[in-house]
Amino acid sequence: MTSAREEMLARVRRGLAGRDEAAARSDVDARLERQHVGPIPAIGTVEGEAAIEQFITRARAAAATVERLAGPGDVPAAVADYLAGRNLAARARISADLAGLGWERTGLDIVGGKADPADTVSVVSAEAAIAETGTLLLISGAEHSTAANFLPETHLVVVPASRVVGSYELAWKQARARHGLPRTLNFITGPSRTGDIEQRIQLGAHGPRNLHIMVVGDL
Amino acid sequence: MRPTSHAFNRNAHAALADERLQEALNGTPQGMQSRRASAVAQLPEFEALREHGREIKNHVIAHLDLYLLKFEEAVTRQGGHMHWARDAAEARRIVLDICRKAGARHVTKGKSMVTEEIGLTPFLEANGIEAVETDLGEYIIQLRGETPSHIVAPAFHLKKPQIADAFREKHKHLDPERPLTEDRQLLDEARGVLRDKFIKADVGITGANFCVAETGSTLIVTNEGNGDLTQVLPRIHIAVTGMEKLVPTMEDAFTLLRLLARSATGQEFSCYTTVSTGPRRPGDIDGPEEFHVVLLDNGRSALVGSEMQEVLRCIRCGACMNHCPVYGAVGGHAYGWVYPGPIGAALNPGLIGLAEGHALAGASTFCGRCEEVCPMKIPLPGIMRHWREKAWQQQLAPPTQRWGLGLWAWFARRPALYRLASGLGARLLSGLGGRKGRLRWLPMAGGWTSERDFPAPPAGGSFMQQWQAREKRAAPKADGGKV
Ligand code: SF4
Repeated sequence: MTSAREEMLARVRRGLAGRDEAAARSDVDARLERQHVGPIPAIGTVEGEAAIEQFITRARAAAATVERLAGPGDVPAAVADYLAGRNLAARARISADLAGLGWERTGLDIVGGKADPADTVSVVSAEAAIAETGTLLLISGAEHSTAANFLPETHLVVVPASRVVGSYELAWKQARARHGLPRTLNFITGPSRTGDIEQRIQLGAHGPRNLHIMVVGDL
Repeated sequence: MRPTSHAFNRNAHAALADERLQEALNGTPQGMQSRRASAVAQLPEFEALREHGREIKNHVIAHLDLYLLKFEEAVTRQGGHMHWARDAAEARRIVLDICRKAGARHVTKGKSMVTEEIGLTPFLEANGIEAVETDLGEYIIQLRGETPSHIVAPAFHLKKPQIADAFREKHKHLDPERPLTEDRQLLDEARGVLRDKFIKADVGITGANFCVAETGSTLIVTNEGNGDLTQVLPRIHIAVTGMEKLVPTMEDAFTLLRLLARSATGQEFSCYTTVSTGPRRPGDIDGPEEFHVVLLDNGRSALVGSEMQEVLRCIRCGACMNHCPVYGAVGGHAYGWVYPGPIGAALNPGLIGLAEGHALAGASTFCGRCEEVCPMKIPLPGIMRHWREKAWQQQLAPPTQRWGLGLWAWFARRPALYRLASGLGARLLSGLGGRKGRLRWLPMAGGWTSERDFPAPPAGGSFMQQWQAREKRAAPKADGGKV
């Protein structure tokens, strides 16, 4: 009995009969090798300060809130202010790379590790921000809980200003160079939403209802 | 899911008579159309992206066997498992075996048309495994025991009171007096109920919008975040997808993603685009311990190399149905199988067989709007025509149509007789049309004339006869005018 694999491949090959096999193989190898970048829209080619400004505008258009901070040391106070301003519990799950920012002064209850269904707030760092559509790129790993991007109602994300790039392609290329291939890449544009009740958009479906982004200078 | 596509005409009549459905359909396409139009207008490069997207998929289909092998190799290299499924039954069995081996009792599901296609959720339930749809729209229709009526908005056909009724009936543990009139109340209730399901799940099943051959990744696009909770919390993640979803590289996926959300919902980018590669890495805080990909054929391979192969470029954005006058009038369920609208008419005959699906190829006014808006430039009306031809060759068309066309063909091969007969016919109809020049009823087209009048041909015979008469009148003048 032929296996499903053999049979499916054979059926496909029947449809492609007459192809120059050697050329087909080298085409495929070349394509995978080259990682050809397609047309990048003008909105994906911005750089530097222009990229940061466009990122902020577009993230806001996607219903995120954004603030700029001078340096990483300002993050704990900004988080405390954000939570107090919205009457949210002073407790947050944070990603490990943010643990040393000086949270003691804020009086916030900070926990690390894997996100828990009881979490209401998470504060995590992003790998990159993409100006093209106001999109964040977050990755999984030893320091980053993917569940922390989805379980809490309020999702706070820190991204260094130097990591704001124009396009998805550039964010992917740089992340790949730094980390290889993480298990999960999350491209996130605004808080979660649904249009499934009579086509009206409501924020806060299964994921976060609030997405707050802090673009942090490299002081 | 058992198709009822052969009964499209009957289904469509029922849909037109269904007042609730008509109310739900009313006005929604305009909103979807204008959202898409403004997203497209804001991206001057949209056309260039369409061209490039088409090239990517054409290249993949022309090398599909090679890309399948590359993808398999990469999935395995990343520590995942690849499964091949010839048909729906085989795919269901593979998923069930993975669940059984893991001792799974609770499964959550992300939104996936391929799992609808293979009827996965009811199958798992019948085998004693709780399987819950977690996309809000999918969840609502699962509670109601229905199938999706739209590939992007599955509960498109429902109004709020119907959703509230379903919640009251199935969420018995909640206070029966609770108010469920606001959108937010419904959403919060679903969010709460489904949270527990996410946490309890042993296995999470998603689809894949794209499979990346180079990296062995699957990629999903959602707005709710349910697909992500489905794949990150349980111990096992299974991605079930069609074999045509391959793209060579992530770079290629980005081109298609730029087209997808704009065409589907008019968003520039969906909220969540998630790339999953293998199981969690050593040292990772979370993520599944096992990663499986189930790759489904179910008729797709037979389309490769056929006149219909371009349909394999489809990225399931739903734009074609949002712009289709037939879909807009009858909704999704009338199509009688998972994929409704123009894409269903072009794809389903290949997946469920021509005998069952050929009636859908006629579910078109051939206005061409679907092809115009399709981000992958799939010639949908042309493909429907191919299916019609095939149905004709296989004698699947209804007898009146076969008989009528057969008669026409007989005359058409005998030009002198044809002219005589059509001339007589034209004079007869013109006479019947009377002074108003309109016919209230036409022989053999009573269905058509029951809704509208047919303009009677003008007096003076058939087109050919009038043309000849005109030529004769014009001839001397034309000669005389020569210099
Ligand atoms: S056929 Fe084209 S328009 Fe229709 S769902 Fe597929 S990609 Fe979208």
